[in-house]
Amino acid sequence: MSPEKKNDEPQTAALRPTTGQVIAKAAASAGEAHPLLEVVAVRHGMFGPAGSGDTSGYGGLVTTVVMPGPSERPYGGWFDEVVDVLAEVLDEEGPGYAAAIEYVVVENGELNLHVAPEHLVAVCSALRDDPDLRFELSLGVSGVHYPHDQGRELHAVYHLVSITHGHQLRLEVAVSEADPHVPSTTSVYPTNDWHERETYDFFGIVFDGHPGLARIMMPDDWVGHPQRKDYPLAGIPVEFKGATVPPADERRTYR
Amino acid sequence: MSTQTPHATGALRDDDLDGVPTFHPVGGDWSDVAAEAARLGEERIVVNMGPQHPSTHGVLRLLLEIDGETVTEARAGIGYLHTGIEKNMEYRTWTQGVTFCTRMDYVAPLFQEVAYCLAVEKLLGVTADVPERASQIRVLMMELQRISSHMVFLGTGGNEMGATTVMMMCFQAREDILEIFELVTGLRMNHAYVRPGGVAQDLPENTTAFVRKKMDSVRKYLRQAEDLVMENPIVHLRMKETGYLSTAACMALGVTGPLLRATGLPYDVRKTEPYCGYETYDFDIPTATEGDNYARMVVRLEEVYQSLRIIEQVLDRLDASRGTPVMVADKKIAWPAQLAIAGDGMGTSPEHVKEIMGTSMEALIHHFKLVTEGFRVPEGQVWQTIEHAKGTMGVHLVSDGGTKPYRAHFRDPSFNNLQATSMICEGGQVADVVVSVASIDPVLGGVDR
Repeated sequence: MSPEKKNDEPQTAALRPTTGQVIAKAAASAGEAHPLLEVVAVRHGMFGPAGSGDTSGYGGLVTTVVMPGPSERPYGGWFDEVVDVLAEVLDEEGPGYAAAIEYVVVENGELNLHVAPEHLVAVCSALRDDPDLRFELSLGVSGVHYPHDQGRELHAVYHLVSITHGHQLRLEVAVSEADPHVPSTTSVYPTNDWHERETYDFFGIVFDGHPGLARIMMPDDWVGHPQRKDYPLAGIPVEFKGATVPPADERRTYR
Repeated sequence: MSTQTPHATGALRDDDLDGVPTFHPVGGDWSDVAAEAARLGEERIVVNMGPQHPSTHGVLRLLLEIDGETVTEARAGIGYLHTGIEKNMEYRTWTQGVTFCTRMDYVAPLFQEVAYCLAVEKLLGVTADVPERASQIRVLMMELQRISSHMVFLGTGGNEMGATTVMMMCFQAREDILEIFELVTGLRMNHAYVRPGGVAQDLPENTTAFVRKKMDSVRKYLRQAEDLVMENPIVHLRMKETGYLSTAACMALGVTGPLLRATGLPYDVRKTEPYCGYETYDFDIPTATEGDNYARMVVRLEEVYQSLRIIEQVLDRLDASRGTPVMVADKKIAWPAQLAIAGDGMGTSPEHVKEIMGTSMEALIHHFKLVTEGFRVPEGQVWQTIEHAKGTMGVHLVSDGGTKPYRAHFRDPSFNNLQATSMICEGGQVADVVVSVASIDPVLGGVDR
């Protein structure tokens, strides 16, 4: 659909597997369920109603959608240097690079570190305090719900900025719906206070050690976490000049 | 028993209150707050300011604990304007998403549109293909929007200090800018004008001349407002040395934008992570060092002059780039019709309608599919920052390769900056709360989304 990338960002085209390759890889390791591939969705057919009534979109077509997988070195640009320094700091003073960082993804010219939840605060401290890293500004937390990524359904994504070095990177932690506990980063980045409350409110991720983890957008007695994929949009039909438009979540969709 | 009405000209005695209707607020957590205060038996007063208070810029609720005239604790309660925009965007096509995100910060809608579209373009991998003229139009619109947003800050801020005249001047300047928006996008706000891949339409004829004329008028009102407030002794008394926030506090609280620059750190995403070609424009980042309410106002006014500088440059470029495309060439992304205003005032596109209805069945199918189904965006996630009038705005998008966003998250600068309410209000006077909150310049539509 889109023409080849023309910008020479740090990421090289060869490093980012195309969907076809990733699916082939996923199929090759079928049965042993590769833990690092984030399965976004399993689609049946191309459009039409869900469940029965396969009117035209041939429900036999099954597509597994996965996120771009781990990148391999060299990551390009300043990414290698930052990851090297982080590895050094974590090995010396922290839990160790291998234990803390699950894998590294470079996509769209952005560096994304997947962090083991239990070591998140140590990684944040290292990123903030080391003079060669100095990610002093956090731009907040956002959650993503991947119901098909079994055992790692809930993701919290942290966006960090180094004003000193002019860098931006992303941390991502994944926890299961059954045990949605992530340590709070408010001790390192006080700004994440409200952002973690919002992520808790919308996704139900529990940030352990947060000074006051209360709902922030929804009323205190609200049941459920609205941004989860299994939470309905609850739209209402709209009537206009006698015709009725169904709510957005009940319309014919393209998968 | 006295039946006279209590009034403010004398000391109120207990028997004055006999027979006077009183109202005890209950509900929500308020009963708990009141019960807690009664249990502790302290001589403290907890004031519930908002959510329907004219000085809170919408539906912001402030819980103030006061000791005499001093605020000992201040907490902000938000969520009263939560409309689930992010959730709704997951059920609409990538193009329709613009219509939703523009409604977040309704005082500066074009920033959300540009940030969202830049993020979608990054995911599509078409960032380099967006035509030069589209970026120029985006820069023009964003800088106009920055001025109008700062005008609302100065106008409402002045109004809250009792100076209605300032508001009249600033809103007249804003009105000039909204007329430009109406000319270009058809709407004064909630434009949905910026689209993934470019902008919805090219500028109408003579827009640059119209903008130049309007900028003269904006300058006039700006100068008037500036003359009125900058050396005004009341403004100095109210704003200087109130609401102080240091650079370190800004870093810890993630506070960006004019609040951060008023502490002396010239951090501006337009310079550090340029987008839309900002690196090619000549402008400065104004800063101040005091970090108080007055410094924030000065920084914002200086920014307006820098925006005017950028607008002058971009208008010349727009004159030079007339007739070039404003949308990516990829027909799988760009909508086919270029609308024009018909006799009835509605948008229509006679030539395109003639083609799809009369000559090309394939063009009709393509048009229908592109508008109803939308285009697909490769799977992955992306983070895009821009310099919003109120600070750093971030957009986090996740795509599952489908025709709709899998997740859209907006890091609204007002949402984050409001966290500083406690720090800038506590220890100050009750009257300073209004000025300090105004200096954050929050828009609750963006805060609550």
